Amino acid sequence: MNNTERLIKAFTESLEISHEVVNDELSYGSSSWDSIAHLALVASIETEFDIMLASDDVIDMSSFKKAKEILGKYGIKF
Amino acid sequence: MGSSFNIEGKVALVTGSAGGIGWTAAKVLAKNGAAVILNDIKSIEILESRKEELIKEYSCDSIALQYNVGDFDAVQSAYNEVFKKYKRLDILVNNAGTLEDNLVGMIRKQDIEHTFSTNTSGVIYNLQFAARLMQRNKSGSIINIASIVGRVGNEGQVVYGGSKAAVIGITLSAARELAPRNIRVNAIAPGFIDTDLIKPLSQEIYNQRLNSVKMKKIGKPEDVANAILFLASDLSSYITGQVLGVDGGMIM
Repeated sequence: MNNTERLIKAFTESLEISHEVVNDELSYGSSSWDSIAHLALVASIETEFDIMLASDDVIDMSSFKKAKEILGKYGIKF
Repeated sequence: MGSSFNIEGKVALVTGSAGGIGWTAAKVLAKNGAAVILNDIKSIEILESRKEELIKEYSCDSIALQYNVGDFDAVQSAYNEVFKKYKRLDILVNNAGTLEDNLVGMIRKQDIEHTFSTNTSGVIYNLQFAARLMQRNKSGSIINIASIVGRVGNEGQVVYGGSKAAVIGITLSAARELAPRNIRVNAIAPGFIDTDLIKPLSQEIYNQRLNSVKMKKIGKPEDVANAILFLASDLSSYITGQVLGVDGGMIM
């Protein structure tokens, strides 16, 4: 499984959505991605990639595209 | 034989654990099988010495993290260390606190800022990072040390009382927010407890406080630590959003 697939898995499992809707356009506020789900998503990403995100990054993670950019700061390439 | 409190294998962080209630709580948690992360703003040498004492006495796992609970970036760095070492956190005891009393009219700006930074902001900072680690296992217990002064007030303690009343408000709101994630948040409101904080009291005030305790004796740090153990353990698994007085029936 490559990093994109791993990130999609974190999104689908935490937001309980189909992998088909996980794309760069998927953003906070759409689908089931609300404030409660956001922390579940963060936990899921942190567990999947074995990292702990900085608070600013948790707040800034507003889309799937942005999530990839942020993970780049932790050495995770897409 | 396992402890009836069922915290074996759990990871606990106790802020302000170089002395007093925090150190006693650290020992009680270690004695009952938890790995204990020690924290204090005091010198790392003191903390390291406490850590060695814990390991020797209870054969537990322990690390020492020196940081100021009122410094957001320092708290964030500390939780990164916790993540690197343990990948989890099960119990947080928000114990670090400071006491700077003055009568109304003589309260300095820096006293307010320092007290609220440590007693109140520090609780939120630690709670927030702890909740993120606890969420991974969908389980956790956060215990905030408030004070009887935060519940009923006391003359000369506007600043301290305000900072501790805020701890109760934080506890109630966080309990509601985190309950769906199976993270419990409770507060303990100690009364007159025999710690360094009461050393500056005059004999007259000491006697006055003692006389207000219906059980007619000063509390021990162990009394508070045992309440912490109860709230940390599965014996309190359906208890959240509560403020537990440990005060011997004190009336202020």
